[in-house]
Amino acid sequence: MNLARYARYRYFPLCLGGVFFAIMASIPWLLNEAGAPGSGIAQLDMLNKIGIYALLALSLNIILGQTGLFHMGHTAFFAVGAYATAILNTMYQWPVFSTLPVAGLLAALFALLVAVPIIRLRGDYLLVVTIGIVEIVRICLTNNIFGITGGANGIFGIARPVIFGLAFSSPRQQYYLIWGFTGITVILFYLLEHSRFGRALNYIKQDELAAAGCGINVARYKLAAFCLGAFWAGMAGTLYAANIRSIEPTSFNFFESVIIFAIVILGGAGSITGVILGAFLLIGLQDVFRDFSSARMLIFGAAMIAMMVFRPQGLLPARRRHYGARRYLGKFPCAVRRQCGAAYNPYAEDEGDCV
Amino acid sequence: MSLLSLQNLLKSFGGLVAVAGVSFDVDEGSIVGLIGPNGAGKTTVFNIITGNYRPDSGDVVFDRNDITGRATHAIVRLGIARTFQNIRLFQNMSVLENVLAGCHCRANAGLFSAMFRTPRQRSEERRAVEHAMRELAFVGLEHRHDNQAGSLSYGNQRLLEIARALASAPRFLILDEPAGGMNEQETADLTELIRAINDRGITLLLIEHDMNLVMQICRKLVVLEYGAVIAQGTPADIKRNPKVIEAYLGIDC
Repeated sequence: MNLARYARYRYFPLCLGGVFFAIMASIPWLLNEAGAPGSGIAQLDMLNKIGIYALLALSLNIILGQTGLFHMGHTAFFAVGAYATAILNTMYQWPVFSTLPVAGLLAALFALLVAVPIIRLRGDYLLVVTIGIVEIVRICLTNNIFGITGGANGIFGIARPVIFGLAFSSPRQQYYLIWGFTGITVILFYLLEHSRFGRALNYIKQDELAAAGCGINVARYKLAAFCLGAFWAGMAGTLYAANIRSIEPTSFNFFESVIIFAIVILGGAGSITGVILGAFLLIGLQDVFRDFSSARMLIFGAAMIAMMVFRPQGLLPARRRHYGARRYLGKFPCAVRRQCGAAYNPYAEDEGDCV
Repeated sequence: MSLLSLQNLLKSFGGLVAVAGVSFDVDEGSIVGLIGPNGAGKTTVFNIITGNYRPDSGDVVFDRNDITGRATHAIVRLGIARTFQNIRLFQNMSVLENVLAGCHCRANAGLFSAMFRTPRQRSEERRAVEHAMRELAFVGLEHRHDNQAGSLSYGNQRLLEIARALASAPRFLILDEPAGGMNEQETADLTELIRAINDRGITLLLIEHDMNLVMQICRKLVVLEYGAVIAQGTPADIKRNPKVIEAYLGIDC
């Protein structure tokens, strides 16, 4: 029984990941088999869009889901990354792929600049300020700040990414690029979640004062979460710019921030699988319900309300981490005689799942 | 030699003077009790020591370092740990993870070593889990390591808070009403535990209303009333002090 339990928490994520990987990897082939050549293109484009949103939501999840910072301005970092790639590529002829780290770094730097003064704000105050940041960025882009953002028209003619001589131009190639990147992100973020750093973020989310009382530098970890989330959003911006090939300020409005925020909350704050499911539902279903046109947002809104009433923790809430600590049972001395006595029953008064 | 020395601490909130010139010393290796009626400013003194409040004037000297007004997390790293009067556990996390929080300041692994699982990060993590389990066993909660912290009984939650504080390897431990809400048996266990902590060489300062417990384990008592120290000395002296009897202990004590 113990072995089964061990296997469940140890290998479940691996199995889930493997199955998901196999499905995702075979989708382009399945779509192509279904009809005439080129028939699955609309679906692939939709999946690429979902991939970008999944990336954005995963990066916001670090800030909102793990650290509990109400940040509704994530599109601002996304915009910084996308424009960094567009400008470097079209004006300075950098290859798109080499702008990826630069876009991330610029977004992280921007996040650091705006976050330092506001990091001590609590909940709702932070929310209002981050909403302001998105609007400031959008208006700056529209007004052609520094004369390099192309104003309201945006920037056209961004090149396709080329990696080791392999050009990612068709929707199918784009699909593998975007979802491959998302896959790597999931693995890195999973490892991060299961570490001292990830736990520190969770402690801050649960009780800031107690976290500080445990020796955690709360302000520094919050800033680190902000910058990491922004770094990934910036890189998502690069992928977006390379996928869509022309960007304009309206793509980075406040509503996009709200959607990403909703993906994290509805999917399950702090849960990687939940966030990816959220991206599929919120972005994918928008397309499925397109035929209902005007009623679409109504259904969408009603579903959100129902979710928040009946399942406020999200569709797939975060799972508890396990540490294989059973092997230390009975190894260390106890200071309280009664608790260590033979009559001691570990399952006596407390409820909860004992392993 | 005194490990902690408070010198003329003053702290007011608006017009209310919560702490009015408090001075006392805590000797290394001793157990000191801070007692007094509700609202006397005991918890405020604790919050000043741990850096949650900055005093208006006065100094906190720990091991010959002036730590007045330093950040809480830096003070924990110097070796001062605490528990809270109104239990502040990470309720939705496991018992073990709560103790791992205490281990945080004795480890270094950061963002990159976590993402790339360096060998050093792995061994540090293993050591942290082992250390946390050692502290859990010490307070008698090792079998509950995988339970949710919020599901523990009230007395066990207090023990868990102590384990979490111990995990930060403190030299000085501050307990804010550790026996609050405990029954007689649990209080007896707690007495035993506090003695065992002291035997590990950890100096303790505690606020407690259970006079039985305080008189049994404390070597020195400090009595606060209206933010000022009205008496300090051995439990036997304090019991006989007329000012303390009037202010706090009551006539028939």
